Amino acid sequence: MAGSPDTLTQAEPVNNTAATAAAIEQSLMQQELKPASGPAPLTGSHASAAATTGVIVIDGVSKVFTHPDGSLVTAIDNVSLTVKAGEFVSLIGPSGCGKSTLLRLIAGLETATSGTLELDQTTINGPDADRGLVFQNPYLFPWLNIQNNVAFGLRARRVYRWQKESVARYLELVGLGKFGRAYPHHLSGGMAQRASLARALINQPRVLLLDEPLGALDAFTRMNMQDEILRIREDKAITMVMVTHDVDEAIYLSDRVVVMTPHPGRVETILTVPFARPRARNNPGFFQLRSQILEILNFAGHITEPPYQI
Amino acid sequence: MTTLTEATVKNDLSPNSDLQVGSAARSVATSVTKTAAKGPQAKEHSSGCGGASGSAQIVQSLWGALVRKLFIDHLALWSAFLALGADVFFTSSGRHPPVDRPYFRYFLYVTIAIFIIWPLIVKNKPASLEKFRQKDKFYAAAFLFLNVLNLVTGKFTLLPPLFFPTPDRILSILVEDFTYLIFDCLAGSAKLLLTGFSCGALAGLITGIAIGFSKPSAYWLNPMIKILGPIPPTAWIPIVLVAFPTTWTGAVFLIALSVWFPTSVMTSSGILNVQNAYFEVSSTLGAKRLYQIFLVGIPAAMPLIFTGLFSGACSSFLTLMTAEMVGVKNGIGWYINWQREMLAYANVYAGLIIIALSFYSLITLFFKIRDRVLVWQKGMIKW
Repeated sequence: MAGSPDTLTQAEPVNNTAATAAAIEQSLMQQELKPASGPAPLTGSHASAAATTGVIVIDGVSKVFTHPDGSLVTAIDNVSLTVKAGEFVSLIGPSGCGKSTLLRLIAGLETATSGTLELDQTTINGPDADRGLVFQNPYLFPWLNIQNNVAFGLRARRVYRWQKESVARYLELVGLGKFGRAYPHHLSGGMAQRASLARALINQPRVLLLDEPLGALDAFTRMNMQDEILRIREDKAITMVMVTHDVDEAIYLSDRVVVMTPHPGRVETILTVPFARPRARNNPGFFQLRSQILEILNFAGHITEPPYQI
Repeated sequence: MTTLTEATVKNDLSPNSDLQVGSAARSVATSVTKTAAKGPQAKEHSSGCGGASGSAQIVQSLWGALVRKLFIDHLALWSAFLALGADVFFTSSGRHPPVDRPYFRYFLYVTIAIFIIWPLIVKNKPASLEKFRQKDKFYAAAFLFLNVLNLVTGKFTLLPPLFFPTPDRILSILVEDFTYLIFDCLAGSAKLLLTGFSCGALAGLITGIAIGFSKPSAYWLNPMIKILGPIPPTAWIPIVLVAFPTTWTGAVFLIALSVWFPTSVMTSSGILNVQNAYFEVSSTLGAKRLYQIFLVGIPAAMPLIFTGLFSGACSSFLTLMTAEMVGVKNGIGWYINWQREMLAYANVYAGLIIIALSFYSLITLFFKIRDRVLVWQKGMIKW
């Protein structure tokens, strides 16, 4: 676990008003026992300074599934990982390496067979609104229109204050301001995924978990959405953990990339992405990191030609 | 003929006058203009204008346009006129009991009036007008059927008069017994049906939701549903007649039973088939168990719940009729059975017409409600 200087946690607030807003919001959050149950604020962004919550500590976690025929399958074996406040971590690896299981464990949708998971020194037992989850399939509730989908989290937690305003604000944040009354089947894949992002974000989770959120999108929509996620991250300073199959995506988005290997699922290496943000997609440094990851995963192949020189 | 052609050309130049096809050559010329504006054949005419063969063709297309305008577009109206003509022209055989007034003829007057006025009312609503036009052939066939029925019963008496009364008689009963049929019989049936249906639907929803969401209830209720459900409700009649204080409460129970089974099965299977991901998403959004049941499970199962309610409604109609014919001393089913015993077949048919109309309205209402509730599904499922 190479402790790298995290560009985001160290970044200074952009301007003073944003900083005060963030400070007020934070003091509000500290007053309440459950920060996630507070109303969505209508003040400005948290700015990067708010990233003091959302620390995930995974300690020696294993998950063993029992098949219907009685055989045991170890999905994750003794995984330890600490995700810092406001960090963006990608989990990458081939199918069966347990990356999705790890994410579901953090979300509380599965319980660990052994080991502990903590969020801000509180043991995770069960799903809660402080950890938002976005799936590959948006899973918008088809019987609700988009604004009611986005409002779902607030209603489920009985937060009625500023509900309309929050919904409008989050729809605006993901660029769906005009589509509040549309039904999910009217939306394209990218738009639906934006809506599900807004739905997860409206609860102001401390952690946003992304399970291959862009896997079903075409290449260009995907790049758009990647930038969108980065923008939201700048705005909200939330810890994000993403599962992906796409090495380039992982490098482009992450502060650290956790490379996992299958059978049983283990953390092979954790690589720090050293590039400052905002990053350029054609950063030549990406290539080296990319080949490093592919080598770990045994996908690199052998280079027969002499390397290309600029 | 050439003059006609010239008239056509002239008319072509003049702005499209919206003349109704009525009489005389002027309107004929207009109809040709209209064809020239619409039909592709007319283009050929304008190119071959003036020739003798061209004129013949024009006459032909003119005739075609006239026929279309007058007959094909208004088949139902003509069919109704035909029925009216037949009713006036042929005298009754006299083997049927006479009626006070020629109700069939009144009926035709009313429908003809409706068929003339309705297109004028919806003139500015192309969708409604199109819908009306689409059904034109069906209505024409329906009038033809009534016409034939009138001929084979009242006019020529080709069928036994006892069992096949004239449309006149059936209509006369509908009119003269209207208050009794509607406010006594139909109201009685409606009360019984609604009570039974609501009880059954409520019970079905409760058991279905219980089975869908709780393992212990599934353990205890599922076998019961599997054993008791498939028994046709009417098979319970012997027990119901002794077990219930009144036949009315017994009938309510039977109807409720026939609604309960499909509703319960469809509700539980609807809930069990909801993708688990929806529950997972809602739990990560902070929804607790009860909220998940009522705001995720049930809305997601709604399409299947409606299927269950629909088949429940259909079997409740069946049970209602049986119950009324067996024990209940009231209602439209009882009326039909009573009149059958008295060999008053005209009354039986009148009762059947009332049943058809009211059940049709109920089903239509049901579909309207379903479409409103499942508006999010538009274009996803059709049944």
